[in-house]
Amino acid sequence: MTAVTKPTTTILPESRASRQERIKTQLATLGLTGYGILAYLFLYLPIIILVIFSFNDSRSTAQWAGFSTAWYVEMMQDNQIIISLWNSLFVAIVSTAISTVLGTLAAMAMERYRFRGRLVMDAILYLPIIIPDIAMAIMLLLFFNISGIGFNTWRIELAGLRLSVPYSVIIGHVAFNISFVAVVVRARLAHMDRTLEEAASDLYANAWHTFWRVTLPMLMPGIIGGALLAFTLSLDDFVITFFTAGPGFNTLPVRVFGMIKKGVTPKINAVSSLMLAGSLALVLISIFLRRGDDRGGIEIV
Amino acid sequence: MQAIIRRSPAIRAWILLAPAVAWLFIFFLAPLVIVLIYSFLERGTYGGVVWQPTLENYRRVFDALYFNTFTRSVYIAVATTVICLILGFPMAYFIATRPQKIRNSLLLALMIPFWTNFLIRTYAWLTLLRTNTGLINVTLLSLGIIDEPLPLFGNDFAIILGLVYGWLPDMVLPVYAALERLDRSLLEAAQDLYAGRWQVFRRVIWPLSLPGVVAGSMLVFIPSLGAFVTPAILGGGKSLMIGNIISNQFLAAHDWPFGSALSMLMMVFMLVATLIYFRAVNREGGAGL
Repeated sequence: MTAVTKPTTTILPESRASRQERIKTQLATLGLTGYGILAYLFLYLPIIILVIFSFNDSRSTAQWAGFSTAWYVEMMQDNQIIISLWNSLFVAIVSTAISTVLGTLAAMAMERYRFRGRLVMDAILYLPIIIPDIAMAIMLLLFFNISGIGFNTWRIELAGLRLSVPYSVIIGHVAFNISFVAVVVRARLAHMDRTLEEAASDLYANAWHTFWRVTLPMLMPGIIGGALLAFTLSLDDFVITFFTAGPGFNTLPVRVFGMIKKGVTPKINAVSSLMLAGSLALVLISIFLRRGDDRGGIEIV
Repeated sequence: MQAIIRRSPAIRAWILLAPAVAWLFIFFLAPLVIVLIYSFLERGTYGGVVWQPTLENYRRVFDALYFNTFTRSVYIAVATTVICLILGFPMAYFIATRPQKIRNSLLLALMIPFWTNFLIRTYAWLTLLRTNTGLINVTLLSLGIIDEPLPLFGNDFAIILGLVYGWLPDMVLPVYAALERLDRSLLEAAQDLYAGRWQVFRRVIWPLSLPGVVAGSMLVFIPSLGAFVTPAILGGGKSLMIGNIISNQFLAAHDWPFGSALSMLMMVFMLVATLIYFRAVNREGGAGL
C-alpha cells in the first residue's frame, strides 16, 4: 500500500524564496556537522593509528603485519625505560607537592588582599605561563651552569631501582608549575562564597580555625585541580627537562625523544600508548573530581 | 610582633606570597636577567663568556643565515595561527551550537588531546608523514595512486601541520568560550531585521567572539614561534626554526651570549607582536569589545 495520507491541517504553500532559504539553512547545518566530524577525526586519527601500530607484528609503523604484544614485552624489559618512567613519576610528585603549596598560598594572597606591588606580582606570576618553554629552558640552563647549584642529584631507591634525580629538573618544574596552580586556585577563590567564612568568624572562630575548617575544605576542588594540572604538565614536559637535566638523566619524554632520534620502531608507539593511557586516566580523574562542580574545564585554559 | 601581623593585611599577604615569590625571583627572574646580561657579553674561547660589553651578538642576528631562519619562523608561526583560526573557528561554532549533553562530550574530546603529551602527538605525525616509510606514502604507493613518494616530511609543510595539530585545541577552547557567552537573542534580532547569514556573522558573531579569537591566537602564535620539538622531529634535521638555533648555541656551539641574544630578540618580538595585534583587534572590534 502506498496510499499517502493527506495532512488534516492545511499548510500555506511555501513561497519560493522561503523554501530556498530553508534548504540553505539545512545545507549549512549539514555542512557544519560534517565539518565537525572531520575536525574531530583530524584530532584523533593520528593518535588511534599510533596506538594500532604499537601492536604491529613487524618493525614497520606503516604496514600492518598482524597482532602482537611483543613491543610491550620489549618495553617492559627495557631497564632504561622503566627507570625513565620512575624518574618521571618522582619528579612529577615532588614538583607537584611543592608547587601546589606555593601556588595555593600565592593565590590566597593575590585574591584576598589588596596591597602595594600586587599588579607587579600578578605579572610575575603570569610570565612563566606566557613565556615559550624553550626560552625558559635556556634561562634555567644558563642559571644552573653559572651558579653551580642544581646539578647535584637526589639519590633515592624506589621500587628496587636506584634513581638519581638532578635538583635542577625539580626546581625548573616547580618554577613553571607555581603559576598554573595559582591560576586554577585563584579561579576557585574568585567564585567562592565568603559568607561561610564570615559566619565562622562571627561565631568567634579564630583566623586559623576559619582557614582550616572552612576556607581550605571549600578551596579543595581548586587545589586538587591545580595539583592535577601541575602533575600532568610535569609528566608531559620535555623541553625544560631536556635542557636542565644535564647528561645521563632521562624522564620518559626525554627518553622517547632520544629513541625517536635513533629510529622509529613500534616500541616507541608502545611507550607512547602507555603515556596516552596515563594522560587519559588523569583527565578522567580530574573530571570525576570535578563532578558536581558547575564550572567546566575551560577555566584551566 | 604578632599583633602587627594580625593587624596589617599587607604583611599577611606578603607572608603568603613570600615562598612563591622567592622561588620565582631566584629561579625565574634571576635567570631571565642573566640571559639579558649575557646577550651583551663576548663569547669566551672555550664556552663561557668574557666580561666585555658588546652589541655584536645582536648584530649577528641580522646575518643572512640567522635572519632568514628568524623570518621563516615568523612566517611558520603566522601561518600556523591563521590556519588554526580558519579550522578552529567553525569547530568552536559547531561545539557551541550542539545541545548541552553533546557539547560536554565534545569539549571533553577536545580536552583529551590538550592534556596528552605534545611530543607524542608530534611523533604520531612522524609515523604518518615520513617520506619512504610513512603510512600515507606507503599506502598511496601500494594503492598505485602515486608513483613517487610525496614530499610530506622534512619541510615547512610538515612543521606547520604538526604545529596546527598540536595547538588547534588552544584556539578552539577560548573561541568556544566566547561563542558560548554569546546572547542568542542578538542573532535572532539580527535575523528579524533581515540581516543575511554573512551579515549576521560579520556584524554580530565575529565582533563578539573577538576576545576569544585574540586569546586563542596568542596561545597558538607564541608557542609556535618558540617551537623546538616540532621542527626537531618533523623538520627532518634541515628545516629548522629559531628555537633549534637557540638550542644549538647552548648544546652544540657553546656560544651562550649569541644564544642569549637570540632568545631575548625572540621574546621581545613576541611581546611587540602581541601588542600590535591587540591594538589592531581593538580597532577592528570597535564597540564589540
